[in-house]
Parts: sequence; structure tokens; C-alpha cells
Amino acid sequence: MNFPLLTVTAAVPAVGAILTAAVPAARRTAAKWLALLFSLATLALAVLVAIRFDPSGDRYQLTESRPWIADFGVRYELGVDGIGVVLIGLTALLIPFVIAAGWHDADPLETKSTRWRPTQGFFALILLVEAMVIISFEATDVFLFYIFFEAMLIPMYFLIGGFGDRAHGGSEENAATQRSYAAVKFLLYNLVGGLIMLAAVIGLYVVAGNFSLQEIIAARAAGTLDMSTNTERLLFLGFFFAFAVKAPLWPLHTWLPNAMGESTAPVAVLITAVVDKVGTFAMLRFCLGLFPDASKWATPVILVLALISIVYGALVAVGQRDIKRLVAYASISHFGFIILGIFAMTSQGQSGATLYMVNHGLSTAALMLVAGFLISRRGSRLIADYGGVQKVAPVLAGTFLIGGLATLSLPGLAPFVSEFLVLVGTFARYPVVGIIATTGIVLAALYTLVLYQRTMTGPVKEEVRSMPDLRLREVLVVAPLIALLIGLGVYPKVLTDIVNPAVEHTMSDVKQTDPKPEVDVEAKNGEAAK
Amino acid sequence: MENLIALLVAAPLLGAVVLLCGGRRLDKVGHWIGTLLAAVSFGIGVALFADMLGRTAEDRTLTQNLYTWIPVEGFQADMAFQLDQLSMTFVLLISGVGTLIHVYSIGYMEHDERRRRFFGYLNLFVAAMLLLVLADNYLLLYFGWEGVGLASYLLIGFWQHKPSAATAAKKAFLVNRVGDIGLSIAIMLMFTTFGTFAFEPVLASVGETSEGTLTAIGLMLLLAACGKSAQVPLQSWLGDAMEGPTPVSALIHAATMVTAGVYLIVRSAAIFNGAPDAQLVVTVVGAVTLLFGAIVGCAKDDIKKALAGSTMSQIGYMILAAGLGPIGYVFAIMHLVTHGFFKAGLFLGAGSVMHGMNDEVDMRKYGGLRKYMPVTYATFGLGYLAIIGFPGLSGFFSKDMIIEAAFAKGGTEGWILGGVTLLGAGITAFYMTRVMLLTFFGEKRWQPDAGGELPHPHESPKSMTLPMVILALGSVFAGAFFEIGERFLKWLEPVTGYEHGNPPVSAMTVTAATMVVLVIGIAIAWTMYGRKPVPVVAPRGSLLTRAARKDLYQDDFNHVVLVRGGEHLTRSLVYLDHSVVDGVVNGTAASVGGLSGRLRKLQNGYARSYAVSMFGGTVVLIAATLLMRAV
Amino acid sequence: MNPVNYLYLAALLFTIGGVGVLIRKNAIVLFMCVELMLNACNLAFVAFSRMHGNLDGQIIAFFTMVVAAAEVVVGLAIIVSLFRTRHSASVDDASLMKL
Repeated sequence: MNFPLLTVTAAVPAVGAILTAAVPAARRTAAKWLALLFSLATLALAVLVAIRFDPSGDRYQLTESRPWIADFGVRYELGVDGIGVVLIGLTALLIPFVIAAGWHDADPLETKSTRWRPTQGFFALILLVEAMVIISFEATDVFLFYIFFEAMLIPMYFLIGGFGDRAHGGSEENAATQRSYAAVKFLLYNLVGGLIMLAAVIGLYVVAGNFSLQEIIAARAAGTLDMSTNTERLLFLGFFFAFAVKAPLWPLHTWLPNAMGESTAPVAVLITAVVDKVGTFAMLRFCLGLFPDASKWATPVILVLALISIVYGALVAVGQRDIKRLVAYASISHFGFIILGIFAMTSQGQSGATLYMVNHGLSTAALMLVAGFLISRRGSRLIADYGGVQKVAPVLAGTFLIGGLATLSLPGLAPFVSEFLVLVGTFARYPVVGIIATTGIVLAALYTLVLYQRTMTGPVKEEVRSMPDLRLREVLVVAPLIALLIGLGVYPKVLTDIVNPAVEHTMSDVKQTDPKPEVDVEAKNGEAAK
Repeated sequence: MENLIALLVAAPLLGAVVLLCGGRRLDKVGHWIGTLLAAVSFGIGVALFADMLGRTAEDRTLTQNLYTWIPVEGFQADMAFQLDQLSMTFVLLISGVGTLIHVYSIGYMEHDERRRRFFGYLNLFVAAMLLLVLADNYLLLYFGWEGVGLASYLLIGFWQHKPSAATAAKKAFLVNRVGDIGLSIAIMLMFTTFGTFAFEPVLASVGETSEGTLTAIGLMLLLAACGKSAQVPLQSWLGDAMEGPTPVSALIHAATMVTAGVYLIVRSAAIFNGAPDAQLVVTVVGAVTLLFGAIVGCAKDDIKKALAGSTMSQIGYMILAAGLGPIGYVFAIMHLVTHGFFKAGLFLGAGSVMHGMNDEVDMRKYGGLRKYMPVTYATFGLGYLAIIGFPGLSGFFSKDMIIEAAFAKGGTEGWILGGVTLLGAGITAFYMTRVMLLTFFGEKRWQPDAGGELPHPHESPKSMTLPMVILALGSVFAGAFFEIGERFLKWLEPVTGYEHGNPPVSAMTVTAATMVVLVIGIAIAWTMYGRKPVPVVAPRGSLLTRAARKDLYQDDFNHVVLVRGGEHLTRSLVYLDHSVVDGVVNGTAASVGGLSGRLRKLQNGYARSYAVSMFGGTVVLIAATLLMRAV
Repeated sequence: MNPVNYLYLAALLFTIGGVGVLIRKNAIVLFMCVELMLNACNLAFVAFSRMHGNLDGQIIAFFTMVVAAAEVVVGLAIIVSLFRTRHSASVDDASLMKL
């Protein structure tokens, strides 16, 4: 048995969470540094995972397998494919930024009480979420995955409900009401999804007799595991529903704007850039892997829902008055693209969707964190309360613009690569869907530029006149994200090399091949060479 | 030699990065860095050009493959450059005119506290535009295409504190994005048809696909071109884009970026050659825009907007020529280059006038400036003569060729297109004469500015007049230089192909007809604006004038249909999201809550009522047991 | 004497106790009624023991008595502390546990 690298990668933030939570109340700053340290250690481990991962090797690597609940055939099985590797990397990468950006978000308002330790709790919960997300990306046992998929909700619930955005328009009491509404809504939506998934997980056990992803896929491929069409479809729907809530797909999306609007900006990033990715990741790994035929059967409906998400999310984003809700609806639109790419079932679409998960994480993090800095300065989330910020805080405005341009997928920034791949991949199989999705690029430009215009340009508003520009800590948070956005925009090969083999495996799971071009230029060139 | 190609793009890109990230430290030297790096790019361009001239026509294409940009199964986009005669023409135009305008901006933007940033944006533009013309595949071209869009956005909105500038910038970007849909879909179509989107394999295998596919690709490319080159129906942003600083209008919105659409069509010549229907649409768009821009240009009192209308109209000529097929490609590019000279010169002249007139843009408040700004007058005058096609000057040659080619299209189409181009030439003469007369001739109609001060017009500093002089020289001699010995034709023919058209009338007749409409246009302008004094406040004007002033109501149409409609749509969707989609869920939650509230009432806390329910329950249980046993 | 008569008596006592629990307010009386019901059960157990001729019923009766004694200890303690805080032995006054 080799060194259990995957377990350690997930365990380090968990241990960090416990230690952070145990820091005495008075030593708040120590808790912050401890949390940051552990998140950086996790990042180092994630990098190690990526280095140890061999793109040309087996499908699942660094695997670990131990019996867990023998009576039910539940095993503690971990393993990563290329998609898992990049998403673990994304998670481990974003958490230090989330922690650094939220450095002061959980400072207690009055320093009198010594027994109350919100700061420690805040950072411990973030690390706990990180640990659970990472293990969800690693689990190759359906039951193991399910447990962490659900358990994640608990720390998220407290992060949303317990640590709200201090820039709330209404009274403190009103803010608390809104906050608990958002947290309960988040919990209920995801619990309902999880419950349905639980039924499907049990159903899967009844049909297959174990929970091992690899075994079930192998058995289905070999034809030793028969599943009637109806069973497969029902099980697929059970899994898909849970993931569609998490992703979120229209019309199950309404928890996201509330949750993102009411929580602090770093937690909002955590929700949309990290936790939601588990949903889209699980669609690729579990829905397509376990139920290939049912996935194909459901594709038309899912594509339509994804299209609605894209257009609807973008249009509703245009009409928002609240900066954070606007970003939330923009994310809904982007998740539509990701799901479109997954279910287009072409290599380009799926590679694009995987890249999209990473790039959307980066771009939303950049935009949302800068928006958070902006909001904390003025104490308002309303777009109308801003104007002319560009004049007083040019660096803030510049980074905000870059975050926005990444959101609208400007070529040269990472999201363009993934968005174009998704569009091409979709177009190759479903031209009409591809064309409608393409209109999303105009709408994305609309909501981003309207946001930028209303907040950053125009005459300087009285209230923003004395707004300070970004501080060093804030620049340190944003600059690496922007560097990554540009770097992955011009050289995405580092990611595609890891992702491509995994995508080929998924494509063979669903027994799909890419549509052939009408004129085969390659073949013609080959003939000419002869 | 081919390793230098990437440096063409890298130099200005480096400038942009340094200037935009460098912070206030660089405020003092920023403009020099920017200008220097643009000049470096031009220098490399000239070196490459010299090298290219040394080789035979077949051997002139250079390629440089840096690395694979996006490698995905079945989909490969390279970060690769291709430098052929067509690209070379653009490289020299972009870096040359670009450098001149950098120099001009040193003086023009001297008093702006954000001058360093302005130069950073200009460098960014030059880099993106060079990337656009050097790309060896459509996706990389798209990269540059959007890059120039971004630079244009940043520069139009450079004076962001003015809401009008911010709005204009947003509008430009959005309208361009509509065009980008076309480019995206065209690339996707190429990918599904050919499995690649690099120029060389796509253009070489167009013959193997159906005409329908080619027509679709062609129309999508045309949509992209319409967005970038401000052609009807996506022309509305160009007038507003004049909110940007004047050097920007000269470089981006006259000489280079707006001509990218023409480049795209000429570059994709093989596709259009195989799709006559698409070509027809291209010529129609060109013809309509030609007249549209010209009519708008006649009515505007804002000097920059009048010139913007003229730009639109001149690009209409180019698009029309490009739509004519092999008989027109070369002339489209030739007109593009000469237009680059004279229109940039005209804009710089306009900027110089504004500089001296306290940033007044209304031509009705100019008048008699020729004595006060002799250099500006001379250079602007030469640009004017060039654009109207005065014999011997640049515009004469390039425009005349397009008119001939239009007639040579043959059939009714040829007559119609030829007629339109002729008519356009007449209108051009009219509105440019109008601009000239209103600005430099007649009486002084100067008005005090907001501070109550009358302007004191003065000649601009050397850094501004020098580029104007150079551009004026280009406007005068470029056409003749290109035309003598058909140099330009021979230079470009290997890339674009050429067929000699046979106009139904002789070339001399066409030239004579052009001269006639020219004289008529000038004469009408003279009677209206030269003979009698011009009122400072614009008269109400005829129906057509009023419509033209408002861009033929295109903006109002957009506003009512798209902006208002869009607002209503988004507002109702926000409402829908809140009350219907979310409402269903909340409604379910509320009904569960209501039910539990009612059930809760049973728990009243009275021990005796619990005892009763216990008792009742026991009775029911026993009764049920007995009953079951009885059955 | 026919042991069935003891059963009738037990039923009567149980009913009296049951009705008492349902209609009386005073906690002490209520408590006594519960005891009455328990004792009715005991009587019935003993009677069954006699009728069936084994000792099971009598053993259970002892268990019941032990449980009843324990119940009295806890119950009276609750009633006393209730009385101390609320100055009333009425069960209706102690309706704080409702939702």
C-alpha cells in the first residue's frame, strides 16, 4: 500500500479545521494564520497530487481502497481522474484566497465577550468545507460520495446563516431574517435533492449489489449487470436531480441568489466557485458514468433547461439592482454552459465543460472578491449607490473590470477558451442549440458592462469620494487570480493535457464519438503527402 | 526572419503591460515608452517588408508557430502567425499610422492626468490589431478581433467621468458583440465542415463542400464584419464612438479597426468566391451603408460625427468592392490604405481644430480658421481633396477603381451598384466641402465657451502637426504610387486573386462621370454654405435633414425596440423569477407550514386533553383488535 | 364466590379512575385516580391468577405495586414543586409545554 496521498490531502484541511476551532478566543489572529497555513499546506498537497498524476496512465490513479461497512458493500474507495485532479487543484487554490479575502469578515463586532469565538468558527468551517469538497472529488464509492455530498451542507449552512454580509441595507434584525431565510432555503433545496439521491443510491445498491463506481461501470460495460431501461432512467433522474439542485440548473436555481446575496463575499465565492462544482463534477462522473443510456435519453430536456439557464440567468442578471445577486445570476448562466458542455457529449464540449468549471471558479472569485472589497468600503450592495469609483480607486476599478471581462469570456482570458469549446462542442452535435447559446455572449457583455458602467464610471458620487483604493492584502488576493486568468487564457494546455484523457474515458462510457467533419481535411492532406 | 513576427505583436503588448501595471512612477515617461514601442513594431514591420520584397511572389508567405493554444481531441487552435502580402499591408498601415498617432497624442493629451494609461490602451490596441491581421487561423483572429474591441471600449470610454462616453463605450462593445456572434458561428461552421479553422486548410478545401454551407459561413462572416466595420444594420455605435479622444477616432475608428471587417472578407475570399449569394448580400450591405453614411455625414454639425458618417460611407465602398469578388478585392484594400491616410489625417486635423477652439465640436461655431491654423488648414485641405477624389490624389485612384469595378460587375446589378458608387462620390464631395467651408472659410462664428471666454485659435504644437503633415503627404501621393505600374495590384494579387472586369462603359467615361458628380456636389455645397453666411444655430431643415441628424432614426428604433423592450423583458423576468419560479417553492413551503400550524393547535398543553387522546387511542386500538379478531 | 365478580369490581374501579383522570383538575386527585386504575389492574391480575391457577398474575401485581410506588415518589415530587412555583395544584395551570 502506497502513501495515502488522497486521504492526506482531504485530511489536512479537516485537521486544520479542528485546530483552528480550538484556538482560544483571544488569539483571533493566530486562528486566521493557522487556517491560512493549513489551506496553503492543502494547496501544496494538491499540487503534489497533480504532479504524481500521470495523464497517460490509468483512468483512476492514486487509488485507495479499504472496507468500511462490509455488510452493505460500502468501501472507502478514493481515486482521481484528470477531471478530479484539476477540480481538487481549483478548490485547494481558491481556499487560501477565500481565507485571505475574508480576513476581517468574521471579526466579532464588540470585543467584550471572550467566550464567543466567531472568527475561529468561520475559518474552521471554511476548512471543513474544503475537506469535504476535496473528498467528494476523490470518492469513487457512491455511498462515500453521497455522505460527503450531504455533509457539506452543514458547515455551509452555518457559514451562510451565521456570518452574513454586514453591508445590508435594512436593520440588523432584518438582515438576520434575510440571512436565516437564505440559509434555510439553501439547506432545504439541497436536502430535498440529497434525499432523492439517497433513494437512488439505495436503488443502485439493490440493482448492482455494491457501491463501487469502477466495478459498476466495468460490469455494465461487460454486460454482466443488467439494468432495465426504466430502472436506469429512474436512478439517473434521482442522481441528476440532486446535482441539478447543487449546480444549479433552472428552475432549481432560486436558492443561489439568496445564498450568495446574504453571505459574505468570500463565502459566496465558496458556494459558487467550489461547492457548486461538486454538482457539475458529479454529473460527469456519476450520471454519465453509471447511466450512459439514460443520460442520452434525458439529453434533449437537459439541453433545453441548460439553454434556459443561460439566457434566463443572463437576462435576470441584467435586471438586478444588487451587485452580488447579479453575480449570482451570471453564475447561473455560466452553469448552464457547463451543463450544456457535459451533455453535448462531444470531446470538445466535455473538455470545455471541465475547463469551464475551473475558469468559472477563477473568474467569479476575482469578480466577487473585488465586489466584496467594494461593498465593504461603501456598506451597500446596491448598484445605484455607486458611481465614478474609477476616479477615486482606479486599481479597484481596473481589477473589477478584468473580473468582469473574464465573466463575459473575453478572448485572452481563461473563460473564453472553455466557453468556446463548449459552444463548438454543442454546435457540432446540436447546431440550433449551439446558435442559441451563442447569443449568451451578448447578454454576458450586457450585464457585465452595465454593472461596470453604473458602479465605476460617470460623475463621482458624494459617498464614494473618500473611498480608499485596494490595500496590499487585497491586491495580493486579486493579483494571482488575474495572473491565472490571463495565463490559462493564453496557455490552457497545462489543463487540457490532464483533462483530455479523462474526457476520452467518459466519452467511451457513454459510447459516443465526435461527429466527423463534412470535409476531412486531415485525410486529404495525408493523401497529398503520399 | 519569421521569428520576428511575434515581436511585432510583443513590442506594443509589452508597452501596454508596463504602462498599465507600472503605476504612477511612469507618468513622466509613459508616453515615450508607448510611442517608442509602437515605433519598434513599425521598424520590425519595415524590416520584414524589405525582406519580403527580396523574395519572389510565391515565396513571400512567412509563418511562425509559437505553440498549440487550445489542444483538445479533434480541435486544435495554434498560436501561430502568418505573414503574407495582405497581412504585411495591414502591418505597415497599423504600426505606421499607429506610431504617428502616438506622436500626435503626446501633444494632444498633454494636459490629461491619465496620459500614461491612454498610451497603455493605445499600445494594447496596436498589439491586438496586429494579432488580428497576423493570425493564421480564425480563432486567433477572433482573439485579436475582441482585443481591438476591448481597446476600443477602453478608449471610447477614456473620459469615463462623462456618462455619455461611458454609454458610448458600452454601446460600441455590445454592438460589436452582436457581430461576434457571427464570427463565432462562422468558426463553428468551419469546424464542423472542415474539422479545422486555420486559414490555409479551410480556404484550400472550400471546393469540397456545398454552396449552401459556404453561403452560411459567408453571411456569418459578413455579420461579424458589419459589427466591427459599422455597416448597416450594426452601424449605430460609430457615431457615438466619437466621444473618445480624437487620436482614438483617427486610429481606431477611421484608419484601422473599423476596416477589420474588410480584411476579414478579403482574407476569406475563397469562401465568398464560392458563395455568390453571400457576395450579393455583401455588395448590398456595402451599397446601403455607403449611402447611409454619406447622408448622415451631410447633416451632422459635429465635425467628428460628420467625419464618422464619412468613414462609414467609405468603408461601405470597401465592403462593396470586396463583395464584387476577384475584380474588387485588391481595390478594396487599396482604398482601405489610402483611406487610412486621408481619414486619419482629417481626424487629426479635426482634433487640432478642437484643440485650438476649446474643445468645441460644432462646426457652426467655427468659421474662418484658415488664417489662424495654416498647417492644419493645409493638411486638412489635402485630405479633403484626397477623399473627394480630386484627380491625381490618393482617393481619386482608389475610388475610381471601385466605381469601375462596380460597373464591371455586369448586368442590372452592375448598373445599380455603379450608380450608387457614383452617387456616393457626389454626396462625398458635398459633405466634405461642407465641412471644409464651415470650418476654415466664411466668417468667424466663434462662441464663448462655458467659462464665458471666446476661443483663441492657434496652431497646434509640432508633435501634433508633424503627423498631420506626414499623413497629408500619404494622402497626396499614395494613390499615384500604388497605381503607377499597377504596383499594388501585382503586390496583392498572389493572395487575393484578381480578374480584370470589363465595365460596360469605358474607364474614361466612368472617370468623366465621376468628375461631373464631383463638381455638382461641390457646387451645391458652395451655394448652400459658401455663398451666404451660415447661421450659428442649425435651421430646422427639411424632413431628410432632420432624419439624417438623428442617424435616420436608427438609434430611436433601437432604443424603442431593443433597449425599452429589453428593459421590460428583464424586469418581467426578474418579477417572474421572484414570484413564479421562487413562488412555487415558497408556496409549497408555506402550505406545509400552514398545515403544521394547524396541527400544532392540538398540542394545547392541557394534561387532560392529552389523556383524552390517549384514552381515545386505546379505545380505537382495542376496538380494532377485537374487530380484526371477529373477522 | 365467583372470581368473575372481582373482575367486574376491577372494571368498575378502572372506569372510576379513568373518568377521574379525564375530568378532574386537581393534580392530587388526578394522581389518586391513576393509582385507582393501577389498583384495579392489580385486582384483575390477582383474580386472573386465581382463575388460571398459576402465580404469574400475582407476581405481576407485585411489579405493578413497585412501579406505582416509584411513580408516586416522582409524581408527588413534581406536584409539590409545581405547587411551590405556581401556588396551585390545578393541572390546567401547567400548560406551558404547548408549542
